Amino acid sequence: MDFTFKEEHVAFSDSIRKFLMVEAAPEMLREIWETESGRSKTLREKLAEQGLTALSVPEEFNGIGLGDLDWVLIHQELGYYAIPDSLTDTAYLATYLLSHLSTDASLKKEWLPKIANGSARVAVGHPRNPLVADAANADLLLLWHEDEVHAVRRKQVQLTQHPSIDMSRRLYQVNWTPSDTTRICPARIGKALWEGLVDRAALAAAAQLLGLAQRMLDLGIDYAAQRKQFGKPIGSFQAVKHHLADVAVKIEFAKPVLYRAAYAVMREQPRRSVHVSHAKLAAGDAAWLAARKSIQVHGAMGYTWEADLQMFMKRAWALDAAWGERAFHKKRIADFIYADQAPLGPGETFT
Amino acid sequence: MRLEYTEKQKAFRAEIREWLAAHVPSKPLVSFDTREGFEQHREWERTLNAGHWSAVTWPSELGGRGCDLIEWLIFEEEYWRAGAPLRVNQNGIFLLAPTLMEYGTDEQKQRFLPRMAAGDDIWAQGWSEPGAGSDMAAIRCKAIRDGDHYVINGQKTWSTRAAYADWLFGLFRTDPDSMRHHGLTFILLPLNLPGISIRPIKQLNGLPGFAEIFFDDVRVPVENRMGDEGSGWSVAMATAGFERGLMLRSPGRFQQTAKSLIDLYKQYRQSADADSALGDAAVKAWMDAEAYALATYSTASRLRKGGQIGAEASTNKIFWSEMDLAMHEAAMHMLGPRAELMSPSPQSAGDGHWLDGFLFAQAGPIYAGSNEIQRNIIAERMLGLPRS
Ligand SMILES: Cc1cc2nc3c(=O)[nH]c(=O)nc-3n(C[C@H](O)[C@H](O)[C@H](O)COP(=O)(O)OP(=O)(O)OC[C@H]3O[C@@H](n4cnc5c(N)ncnc54)[C@H](O)[C@@H]3O)c2cc1C
Repeated sequence: MDFTFKEEHVAFSDSIRKFLMVEAAPEMLREIWETESGRSKTLREKLAEQGLTALSVPEEFNGIGLGDLDWVLIHQELGYYAIPDSLTDTAYLATYLLSHLSTDASLKKEWLPKIANGSARVAVGHPRNPLVADAANADLLLLWHEDEVHAVRRKQVQLTQHPSIDMSRRLYQVNWTPSDTTRICPARIGKALWEGLVDRAALAAAAQLLGLAQRMLDLGIDYAAQRKQFGKPIGSFQAVKHHLADVAVKIEFAKPVLYRAAYAVMREQPRRSVHVSHAKLAAGDAAWLAARKSIQVHGAMGYTWEADLQMFMKRAWALDAAWGERAFHKKRIADFIYADQAPLGPGETFT
Repeated sequence: MRLEYTEKQKAFRAEIREWLAAHVPSKPLVSFDTREGFEQHREWERTLNAGHWSAVTWPSELGGRGCDLIEWLIFEEEYWRAGAPLRVNQNGIFLLAPTLMEYGTDEQKQRFLPRMAAGDDIWAQGWSEPGAGSDMAAIRCKAIRDGDHYVINGQKTWSTRAAYADWLFGLFRTDPDSMRHHGLTFILLPLNLPGISIRPIKQLNGLPGFAEIFFDDVRVPVENRMGDEGSGWSVAMATAGFERGLMLRSPGRFQQTAKSLIDLYKQYRQSADADSALGDAAVKAWMDAEAYALATYSTASRLRKGGQIGAEASTNKIFWSEMDLAMHEAAMHMLGPRAELMSPSPQSAGDGHWLDGFLFAQAGPIYAGSNEIQRNIIAERMLGLPRS
């Protein structure tokens, strides 16, 4: 039993943090998000140089071949720096689907190396979300149809954009026609694959939400230390301190939940979906509380377009319902705890 | 990261589970806040000690098993799962002992620890005074050096178990001219010394769970001092760190409560579902108890690799006390008009244990450093916000 990360995990996510601090500063992201595509080729190339696009691509396809536990720390950083959905959807989710295809070696050969080197974007569509993120930027779309997996090129689909309050999001209604030629995996195998995908997607969202929570807390702390009223920094007032302390508590107790969920997914443990739902709810809660408390601490400044806080708040509000709204995740937990003979109580945490 | 138990850890769990199955009293003991119950619980401590289970984390030469923190967690999980009696000597074994191991002399360890493990000495804590609650540095109770003794005059209050306990540890002002946390000394003393009078205080449930202690020229030998004279504050902070940090409330306790709450919800589902907040509370109880367990395993793993207990002492305190309160509030709402009933009413729920728990949960956010004080600590030491 050991609940600590290996040093190389920590070192890698530290290096990503330092990189993003420079390359994904809020003013740069704002500029990118104001463009029509909302994405930057240059930033994507830099992310690829850092190895992020290759992280879970198997080595035989020029990737690094790492797994869910490696991703969870990285996703916290991606959340902290509000890196848009396309990276996660391509490098974690689509890569998971593609590399688990039992057949169709040609599809893997064509796409996985391009994902690894950062030259392709792939979007993933599943009915858990009403719209598909980054569909217009994608070279390939992997779409759910009755538990089958279908692969369609960008030009085979018709898209209608739906604007989101989160400026980083690019959401599309996708019109397409499933056919024998687009099907790359039958429902019989696809069902489990999609379940694995939804768990990973919700896990990634949870990790990003926790990163966002930390970012909003840090913004609140910085602001409270520097803004003065009544001749003192507002951070010296107890009411302000307690707002921020509450956020810190929420974050502290969501983290180990997240890490256990990542571990359970990595090990394909039977209760992984329950753990993922727990992580998503706990992280969502932390992020929403962080948003509320941080804007309160910022005063009117927090209500402006200009203050960076808004970028992170909006992303947190959006991601909370991505890959399963709260009702979905609560139900998965309720079904588990109310089952006859449910393993509850002391000593069952790791059984 | 490896979230599976080793074979050795599994064997340890099996061993304690088997022992508890054979030894836990089949009838619940009387509350340890009665004289009769106190002695019953002391007997239970003796039984535990005879099986070498009373202080598993201590080294074996002192009566323990040299368990690491993961094994301690396993022990605690099994303990709560088995519904074993509350630990009447929690103050001694979990709070004083770690401090004694760090700051006590070898002589003091030999003198106090084996008797503590055996239940021969049950300990109370003496920090609070009428004028020193949250502001513990305002302690005034004096212990003035007179040759090889300290002479104690003044008052302590809210001292848990002191109505029946044998010994007291706490902070006293040895330098009458000192201010705040200077000039305080950590002293251990038997509660039957001449000049001590104890006035039990009834708690919400009507039982004397804590007491006031009055000192009138009480003479305590200097060898009962722990650490240097005047260094009591830092010694006490070590105790407070352990208390808030890890050992005061192990996760098994709350996982047991969460499980009972889920059972209660299932039992009352028809009426409970009319208030959708209750189903939500049951889900949240499971999640929070689980989160607390995971966080504790995480801290234990870190400490085992040489880390220090830091701000999680304060985040833990807030988290468990608010979770405990929320779970008991939900139970009261589920029980509805039966919630207020006490035993022997045949309709009282589970001998009124929800009611007892609900009353005690009210105190969680107050004792061991109130939650407001913990939030101050988090804000200043963890988040680096300016002091007020
Ligand atoms: C069940 C129980 C068992 C106890 N057992 C023991 C024991 O064994 N030994 C012992 O020594 N003591 C014990 N105590 C006492 C406990 O440590 C104190 O109650 C606690 O430290 C708070 O002090 P107080 O009660 O004087 O409240 P006060 O300090 O008067 O506080 C009252 C309220 O004011 C708030 N407050 C005070 N100062 C601040 C501040 N700076 N910022 C914000 N809010 C503030 C508090 O948070 C609280 O809400 C016990 C208490 C209880 C309830």
